[in-house]
Amino acid sequence: MQKDIILKVENISKQYRLGTIGTGTISHDMNRWWHKIRGKEDPYLKIGETNDRSTTGNSEYAWAIKDISFEVERGEVLGIIGKNGAGKSTLLKILSKVTGPTTGEIKTKGRIASLLEVGTGFHPEMTGKENIFLNGAILGMTKAEINAKLEEIIDFSGCQRYIDTPVKRYSSGMKVRLAFAVAAFLEPDILIVDEVLAVGDAEFQKKAIGKMQEISKGDGRTVLFVSHNMATIKSLTSKCILLQNGYVKRIGDTASIVEEYTTIGEGELSTFKVKRENKKKGLQIKNVSFINSNNKDCKSLVSGQEIKVKIEVENYDKEVYKKCSIGIGVFNLDNSMLTAFKSDSINKYYDISHGVSFFYCELNKIPFTAGIYNYNINITSFAEVYDSIKEAGNIIVESGDFYNSGKLPAASHQIILVNQKWR
Amino acid sequence: MKEESWLYTISSKKKLIDFNFKEVWQYRDLLLLFVKRDVITVYKQTVLGPLWFVIQPLFTTVIFTLVFNTIANIDTGGIPPFLFNLAGVVSWNYFKECLTGTADTFKKNQAIFGKVYFPRVIMPLSVVLSNLIKFGIQLGLFVVFYLYFVYQGSLVRPNIYAIYFPVIILVMGLLGLGTGMIISSMVTKYRDLSFLLTFGVQLLMYISLVTLPYSLFKDNGFAWAVDYNPMAYVIEFSRYLLLGEGTTSVFGVVYTLVFTVVVFLLGILIFNKTEKSFIDTI
Repeated sequence: MQKDIILKVENISKQYRLGTIGTGTISHDMNRWWHKIRGKEDPYLKIGETNDRSTTGNSEYAWAIKDISFEVERGEVLGIIGKNGAGKSTLLKILSKVTGPTTGEIKTKGRIASLLEVGTGFHPEMTGKENIFLNGAILGMTKAEINAKLEEIIDFSGCQRYIDTPVKRYSSGMKVRLAFAVAAFLEPDILIVDEVLAVGDAEFQKKAIGKMQEISKGDGRTVLFVSHNMATIKSLTSKCILLQNGYVKRIGDTASIVEEYTTIGEGELSTFKVKRENKKKGLQIKNVSFINSNNKDCKSLVSGQEIKVKIEVENYDKEVYKKCSIGIGVFNLDNSMLTAFKSDSINKYYDISHGVSFFYCELNKIPFTAGIYNYNINITSFAEVYDSIKEAGNIIVESGDFYNSGKLPAASHQIILVNQKWR
Repeated sequence: MKEESWLYTISSKKKLIDFNFKEVWQYRDLLLLFVKRDVITVYKQTVLGPLWFVIQPLFTTVIFTLVFNTIANIDTGGIPPFLFNLAGVVSWNYFKECLTGTADTFKKNQAIFGKVYFPRVIMPLSVVLSNLIKFGIQLGLFVVFYLYFVYQGSLVRPNIYAIYFPVIILVMGLLGLGTGMIISSMVTKYRDLSFLLTFGVQLLMYISLVTLPYSLFKDNGFAWAVDYNPMAYVIEFSRYLLLGEGTTSVFGVVYTLVFTVVVFLLGILIFNKTEKSFIDTI
C-alpha cells in the first residue's frame, strides 16, 4: 500500500551565528556577496560545528539543527523529544515558517499551524472578545471560523464575565486561559503542539492537557507533539524522533525511543561524580550506575521504571570483608532525607573478597516523582563504616505513569510514590 | 509513481520575486483586524478620543502658519497661508505616517513574528490602510476649512483635475510603504538606520514644499533638492488639485510615477527577502 505522506522534511539544517552580531557583519556580508557573484559557496557555511552547548567551539557559527529528514503520514501522531538545546524549538520554528532553513527543504500537503505560543498579538487595550478575533486571525483562522466557535472558545477559557473588558485588566492567569482557548480551537491539517504551553493553575493545566490529548487522538488529525513528559509521549504517540545536539539520533517506535532518551544525559548531572584519591587500601566504592531492563546505562530515570542500581566495589586488601551491608540514602536537593535502600534491612549481607565485585539493588518501580535527587552511599558492617560517600551523585527522574493509570503523579503534591489499592 | 502534489514548500532557496498574492488574500481578515486594532486603540483612555485625529494636524498647521507665515513672513501666493499649510500638512502626514509606521515593522513586531507565521507584508499593509482612514478624517477637516475660506471670499477654486486626487493618495501610500519596507528590512541588520530616519524625515519635510513654497528654493542653489524629490511633486500636485495654485509639469508626473513604482517594487523585493531570515539577525 502506498503511504500517504503529508509532510516531508529533507535535510533541513539551520545555522546560527554565535555571540553578538555587531562589528564584522558588513565585512562578512561583503565576503558572502563576493563569493556569491563568483558562483562560489557561502564561505561561512562550512565552518559550523555541532551544537553542543557545554563544549566551546572554535567557530562563531553553529548548527542548531543539521541534516534532519523525516516523513509524516496523514493521521500520524509523531512525538519529537530531546533534551534542552537538542534543536526541537528550531525545528518547530522552521516547520511553522517563522524562520527559514539554511539548507534543505520541507514539503507539505496541508496547512501547518502551531500551538507553539499562546497569547501572541494580544492587545492590552482591546476587550477579550476583540482579542479572540485578532489572535485567531493571527493563528490563521478566518473571521467566519472564529465566529462559529466563539461560544466554545469563551466557554473553554472560563472568562465569560470579563469578555467585554480590556485584556489589560485581566490577571495573567486569565490571559493565558483566553489565549490557550483560542489556540485550542484551531483546525489545521497539521498541528504542532508544544506541551510547554500547558500553563496556568493546576485545574486549567489538566483541562489544557486533556484538550491536547483530545486534539491528538481525535479524528485522524496529523499532529507533531513536542514534550519533555515521557508518559504523555507514550500515551499519545506511536512514533518518535529523538534529537540530540541538532541531529536526529533515532526515529522509531515510541517505546524504544523513550528508552533511549533516558540514556542520553547531561555532563554536569552525573549518576556518580566522585573522584577518589587513590589510597589503594580497604574497601572502596568505585562506581554507581543505573541499569534499565535492557541492560543499558541510564542517565535519567522515569517514575515507575524498573531499574537496577549497579554498585562497583573494589577490595584492595587481601582479607575478605565479611557481613557487609550496602546502603543508599536518597535526599531532596534541600538535603532532607526521603528514603534509603539498605541491604541489611532485608537481611542481605555480603562477603567481599579481594578485587572488583559488583552488587545490584533491584527496584521494581522508581518511587519518586519528577525531579533531581541526591544520594549517599556507604558500605558498613554493623558498627564499622568501611566506605561512605556523601552526595555521591544525582538521580534525575522524569515524570512517568507510576500507577499505570494514564495519569501523571504531580510533583507538586507528592515526592514518594507508593503502590496502593482502594476498596 | 506519480508526481506528488505538494501544497507548498519551505525551502532554503530564495526566489528573487516571491510574492504570494493568494496567501495575502487568505489572510484578509487578519489585515482588517489589524486595521481595526490600529484605529481603535490609538486614543483609548484619552478624554478627547478620536478628536485627536483632527487636533494634531490642526495644531501643526497653526504653529507652521505662525512661525513661517506670520513671523518669517513667507509668501504663499494668493492662497490663505493657513489653507496652504493645512493642505501640505494633511498630505505630508499621510506619507510620513506610512513611512515611519512601516519602517519599524520587523523591530516592533519581532515578538509576534518570532512565534507565528502569517504573510509579513500584512503588517505594513495594515499600517497604510489604517493611516488611510486617519487621512480621510483629516481630509474632512480640510474640506471644512476650505468651505469656510470660500465662504469668506478667498480666491481659492478647486480644479477639475481634483478627480485625480485618489491617484495622489495611492502614490503617497505606495511611496511611504515602499520606502518603509526597504528601511524596515535594513533596520533588522543595521539598527543605526532607525535613528537616522527621524532626521531624514524632518529634512525631507522641508524640501517637500510642505510649508515652504517652491519660489523660496528657486534662486538659492537648493532647487535640485526639490526637483529630484518626488514628495515635493506630490505635495505640489495635491495643492494644485485642491487649491488651484501650484506648479505642475509633465516631467514631474512621469518622474513621480516611475519613482513610486520602482521604490514600491524594490520594497516588496527586499521585504520578501528579509522576512525569511530576519528573526535570526534582529
